[in-house]
Amino acid sequence: MKKTGAEILVQSLLAEGVDTIFGYPGGMVLPIYDALYDADLRHILTRHEQGAAHAADGYARASGKPGVCLATSGPGATNLVTGIANAYMDSIPMVAITGQVVTSLLGKDSFQEADITGITLPITKHNYLVKDVQDLAQTLREAFYIARTGRPGPVLIDIPRDVSGGTADYADPGPARLPGYSVNTKPDPEQVARAVRAIEESERPVIYAGGGVINGGAHEELLRLAEILLAPVATTLMGLGGFPGNHPLSVGMLGMHGSKYANYAVSECDLLIGVGVRFDDRVTSKLEAFAPGATIIHIDIDPAEIGKNVGVDIPVVGDVRNSLQKIIECLQPRLESRWRDKIQNWKKEYPIEFVENGRLKPQEVIKEMYNVTRGEVRVVTDVGQHQMWAAHYYTYHRPRTFITSGGLGTMGFGFPAALGVQVACPDETVLCITGDGSFQMNSQELATVVHYNLPVKIGIINNGYLGMVRQWQELFYNRRYSYVEITGPDFVKLAESYGAVGIRVSKKSEVREAMEEAMRVPGPVVIDFPIEREENVLPFVPPGEPINKMLG
Amino acid sequence: MRHTLAVLVENNPGVLARVAGLFSRRGFNIDSLAVGRTENPDVSRMTIVVEGDARVLEQVTKQLHKLVDVIKINDITADEYVDRELVLIKVNVGPAQRGEVMQIADVFRARIVDLGRKTLTLECTGNDGKINAFEESLRPYGIKELVRTGKIAMLRGFKYTGYHDNGTKEDN
Repeated sequence: MKKTGAEILVQSLLAEGVDTIFGYPGGMVLPIYDALYDADLRHILTRHEQGAAHAADGYARASGKPGVCLATSGPGATNLVTGIANAYMDSIPMVAITGQVVTSLLGKDSFQEADITGITLPITKHNYLVKDVQDLAQTLREAFYIARTGRPGPVLIDIPRDVSGGTADYADPGPARLPGYSVNTKPDPEQVARAVRAIEESERPVIYAGGGVINGGAHEELLRLAEILLAPVATTLMGLGGFPGNHPLSVGMLGMHGSKYANYAVSECDLLIGVGVRFDDRVTSKLEAFAPGATIIHIDIDPAEIGKNVGVDIPVVGDVRNSLQKIIECLQPRLESRWRDKIQNWKKEYPIEFVENGRLKPQEVIKEMYNVTRGEVRVVTDVGQHQMWAAHYYTYHRPRTFITSGGLGTMGFGFPAALGVQVACPDETVLCITGDGSFQMNSQELATVVHYNLPVKIGIINNGYLGMVRQWQELFYNRRYSYVEITGPDFVKLAESYGAVGIRVSKKSEVREAMEEAMRVPGPVVIDFPIEREENVLPFVPPGEPINKMLG
Repeated sequence: MRHTLAVLVENNPGVLARVAGLFSRRGFNIDSLAVGRTENPDVSRMTIVVEGDARVLEQVTKQLHKLVDVIKINDITADEYVDRELVLIKVNVGPAQRGEVMQIADVFRARIVDLGRKTLTLECTGNDGKINAFEESLRPYGIKELVRTGKIAMLRGFKYTGYHDNGTKEDN
């Protein structure tokens, strides 16, 4: 049957199970928007293409399905770039579709032309420029297959207007045929056996779990492994929620802003089991001093992660869930562990804490958010101090309930991502914890949440500073606060001008009531929390130090 | 240590940019890279000479594998293989010195491919060492222009770096 390229695109998206896309129209996607006009697909119009990319990313993180965003050529496409890089760094399945100038104008510096496949080469898992409408259906099939299998990631498809506007015979393209792409899901039995032996011989095992546990759906297996070994579980920022934060074996986050007990446990363990992690510098700090006495098992689906940053003793390459199952099958439960007891003592001795002084403290705000929501909502954060406080003082029980920009550290991610999370989870409460700096980077999406009545609750941890940078200037640049004091609008009035509800909290005693009020409002709410201005995130491993040398 | 990789890639536009971009952004050092199509028009072959220890090579190989357009990678360094490079050298040689240069060419089994009033252009093939020696021998006459193809290589005997079109990626 003859179809236009744009119709083939819509048909292919539906065939991949896509129900919602986030986008922004423009000249070179006119044929696509014409097909969307009466397509059985929900399109969310954001106010900036970057918002569309982060929303698609948030949608994917919450649902596990690939997020889809759409933008026009040139500036539309380049505005997606930060969002694509963000998804790439955190291994999030995403398909970005961009319009492009007609094929005869390619390479001529035409109006709104940008070489987006060239630009996104290092930040996509793969990308395509489709020059023939006949190839479109097959390309979409491949793009979704690549985005969601193996280590997930973003794939970009650039479609010139004469391709989306051209016609071709459409038939389902069948399975993706990619001779250069294979996914190794089954771990090598020999490495599994070695891992089992190392685990049996260990006295002080620590599990170090990351975003791969959540991407791989391995949280139940992780819990079983920990309980069999009575081993403490330290998660990365990306791994929060992959292991119940209130479990006695949880030691919270490790690394630069990890808990002392997590970092002590890693520093003194004799076996480190890395599950779906990449030994990132924010986790390891000084590499030579990271888990110095430990045998290292590294379980990951991406073989290139093995040995990239640290030497690994036992590599287990495969799907993390499958790999953990194979390992667990061979293990006998431990009945007691002096190592566990030692860590329990550290937990009592070195809690994560802050000093109350009567002024509104960010830590109290986050704790109260947890109390009111009982840890049952989807928390989405931006980047900076508030992000670390949200990691420390809110407890995450289930996977996909803590959504944050880990690898790229993108200020401006949180609010549009929360919008995408709310679209993916219409019946759940979505709480965006942000800062006054981060929120101002994408606050225009207030128009979007009001338009679609997406009832996102936005808590702004407002200190009038770019707080994390200010903290570094305080600690390492002799308090020379260079361009970190940042003004903003009256956030309550800002919310109201968009048609949302705004609430300001100035005292600790008002936090609970404000949160409860926000939960009662059926639409989007902005709560401004003007907090103690120079509060620091602690504990803190100064850069270049071993992770057990912590401030605070 | 220097490693020679035989890499089969899909003959897609942009594949060279993907490979070259990967090397530069991850800080891997390419000594040379030669590329051309194979007996199968859909498949191109790159011969990449890369400098690095075992750990670097492991990363190079694994990261290359992650490129969807890369079908197969074979590190042939430890195997028996034939390698060749071609060089064209234009030297400043007038009629008086032609004889001498032609003798040198003979020693290296090089060929004269162009003769001008004041220049002589020679073509020579061989491995790295031979090409370097040839260049050094001609240097005293004044090299006006020099172009090398980069090394290409192939395993000796029955072994080969092939591509089986069964929809899977192979490892060596």
